[in-house]
Amino acid sequence: MSHDADAITGGKAEPTAAPFWKSLIHSPLALPLAGLIVVSILMGFASDNFFSVSNILNVLRQVSIVAILAVGMTFVILTGGIDLSVGALMALAGTMAAGFMVNLGLPGWAALLAGVGIAIGLGLFNGLLVAFGRMPAIIVTLATMGIARGAGLIYSGGYPISGLPSWISWFGVGRIGIIPVPVIAMVIIYALAWILLERTAFGRHVYAIGGNETAAKLSGIKTGRIKIAVYVISGLTAGLAAIILTGRLMSGQPNAGVGFELDAIAAVVLGGTAIAGGRGLILGTLIGAILLGILNNGLNLMGINPYLQDIIRGFIILLAIYIAREWR
Amino acid sequence: MLELKGIRKSFGQIEVLHGVDFTVNAGEVHALLGENGAGKSTLMKILCGLIKPSEGEVRIDGKVRNFNDYNEAIEAGVGVVFQEFSLVPYLNAVENMFLARELSNGLGFMKRSVMRKRAAEIMRQLGVSIRLDVPIRVLSVAEQQFVEIAKALALDARILVLDEPTATLTPAEVEHLFHVMRGLRAQGVAIIFISHHLEEIFEICDRITILRDGEYVASCAVSEVDQARLVEMMVGRRIESSFPAKPLISAEAATVLDVEEVQLAKGGPVSSFTLRAGEILGFAGLVGSGRTETALAMLGAYPATRCKLRMNGIEIRFADPAEALAAGIGLLPESRKEQGLITSFPILQNVSLNNYGKYLLGHFFINRARELEDTRKAMQQVRVKAPSPHARVDTLSGGNQQKVVIARWINHSMKVLIFDEPTRGIDVGAKAEIYQLMRDFTAQGYSIIMISSELPEVIGMSDRVCVFRSGGIVATVEGDAITSEQIMTHATTGRTQHVA
Repeated sequence: MSHDADAITGGKAEPTAAPFWKSLIHSPLALPLAGLIVVSILMGFASDNFFSVSNILNVLRQVSIVAILAVGMTFVILTGGIDLSVGALMALAGTMAAGFMVNLGLPGWAALLAGVGIAIGLGLFNGLLVAFGRMPAIIVTLATMGIARGAGLIYSGGYPISGLPSWISWFGVGRIGIIPVPVIAMVIIYALAWILLERTAFGRHVYAIGGNETAAKLSGIKTGRIKIAVYVISGLTAGLAAIILTGRLMSGQPNAGVGFELDAIAAVVLGGTAIAGGRGLILGTLIGAILLGILNNGLNLMGINPYLQDIIRGFIILLAIYIAREWR
Repeated sequence: MLELKGIRKSFGQIEVLHGVDFTVNAGEVHALLGENGAGKSTLMKILCGLIKPSEGEVRIDGKVRNFNDYNEAIEAGVGVVFQEFSLVPYLNAVENMFLARELSNGLGFMKRSVMRKRAAEIMRQLGVSIRLDVPIRVLSVAEQQFVEIAKALALDARILVLDEPTATLTPAEVEHLFHVMRGLRAQGVAIIFISHHLEEIFEICDRITILRDGEYVASCAVSEVDQARLVEMMVGRRIESSFPAKPLISAEAATVLDVEEVQLAKGGPVSSFTLRAGEILGFAGLVGSGRTETALAMLGAYPATRCKLRMNGIEIRFADPAEALAAGIGLLPESRKEQGLITSFPILQNVSLNNYGKYLLGHFFINRARELEDTRKAMQQVRVKAPSPHARVDTLSGGNQQKVVIARWINHSMKVLIFDEPTRGIDVGAKAEIYQLMRDFTAQGYSIIMISSELPEVIGMSDRVCVFRSGGIVATVEGDAITSEQIMTHATTGRTQHVA
């Protein structure tokens, strides 16, 4: 083999790193970020209160639950799957945890962990059926959603379980300094998810499966295990969200979180992740979740009829996806 | 009849066609030649309105017809058989042929019997008998190819573009396709034929237009040139024999892999073969004869009824390709886009895809500096031509894409590599490079199984050849016995294989 070294650029001459703002413009985060800024400015005009520190912290606290659910959802969607069960898993985990405390007298920490464990277990159930049962994720998780919702209702008889130790409320409404605990939890969970997706082989494999599952399998990736893992992660984040929810409500509510799976999916998609998988960033999901939260908050501050709010949000999601369509 | 003048096309800031002229007459088969990335497919997409030229015009019968979309091109009599089939797998041949052009009566109901009759007529005209009532996916690749052609003819195409129609066909099927093409030519259809097989050009084509790097190089009658001259015009330099010399492999070379029995389906034939250190073992046979399935069965990626193999004397069974990788067997799959590349990843991550075990920091994190460095080395080793490891793989030519898939395996201590159709859809220059790479691998002690439908490649590269027929190995030939006659006889046993 002759070596004409310039033709082959296994690359010595690497283009020097682009300036930060330039790489940001070309990043998939650019569009969600732009949307966030535009919506924030609009809301700032609409309401004097919007840019106050207390309102911003309030928005972040409000979005934390959906934002945490959306972390697991991002993992699942990146592999090309979907998880419709997260809202129901969260409700079940919260209800069971409250029940363990009130009815069985378990210490609070053990009951909460048991709740998380139940959510993880059902996540594993989803993962096994999708990966080895070769059933479509949308059907499997739809079924699990019904099962989890029904189980919570049967266990609780349909009533909220209250009478929890008062310290549980720390998870929902406590603060460290001025920062609400749910916001801190959200930030930590996003940081861990970022590390997992961007800096570990597992993360690469998640993207690879969404990009081309056959190629990933034939090149020797254990695709089954990775797929199971993402549903387990989704169960885990649903369980963690349940802890915050329980703290906020100070009770186990079997009917909580209805429709949260759709908000989580909306956050993921607004954050620029492809619904078919393979492309997307976890930070985009965070931006998407905050964007949704700001919309809710702003529309509330403006005193708009809640039913109309749903319609406005629907159209804004459509508009965002329409703009993002041609972007890549 | 068809005239493309001064066609320029830019994608972003990169111009890929620099003013190409291309003229085709009625009743001729016109070859469009050029290496991958020369601009053939782009030019054809412009012809049929899928993309718009930045400059230049398309004329049909002297009239300027720059099509806005594919439908306009179809109305004007342009039919295209794309390289990637555009058939819907769950619909049958008739439904596919009339897709989006269904004949309906006044009430909006489809005239099913009329369409079926018309389809049968076209099939008869093509001289093929294809089952019209079964879903396309149960048909063979060759049959699907003919359905694709029939679909173009159902549109009464006067200009027919065939983009690498022979890539997946066996010699007998190609012969039949040529027969059909001659018939169409006699009816005055202008056929544009794209192929990387130069022998085919000489057999079927009347005139040739050559592109190189988006430039128009030349147009001439086939009779005016020979093969060497053609290749020279395509690549801009002379290419010596593309196959590297075969090394001597001693009869005592250790057996790396001893496949004692493979049975793909219940009641099917049982095959066995061995693979020696440092050799290239060819898998020849017709499409669908079980070559790929046998290889996949070894890796645990195909549910064979029986598969018993020994590696270096030890019996072993792989549940999935991940276990095969751990044992040192890797696969370069048949279809780069569908099975090889993660197209949303840059080169870097495509190469390191299954290499992370080597780049870990503290068991968990990726050592990204090492990842980049090793990927660069791998890219240099297999001579990937790309601006940087961060380049997107879908911007690379077929040859470079194939090299990226190869690069994935060289950081492993592999023992056996399975190359499935390693040069399909790859241009002459890149082919020679890939052949040389394969020999470099064997010189390092790797053993290679090469599955190929191209006889010259099987003959030029293999040290021994296993010939497959209907799901099993029917013969193994070596040395001077590796000839096209021998292989084809075994592959078909005298029975001439007709399409359907």
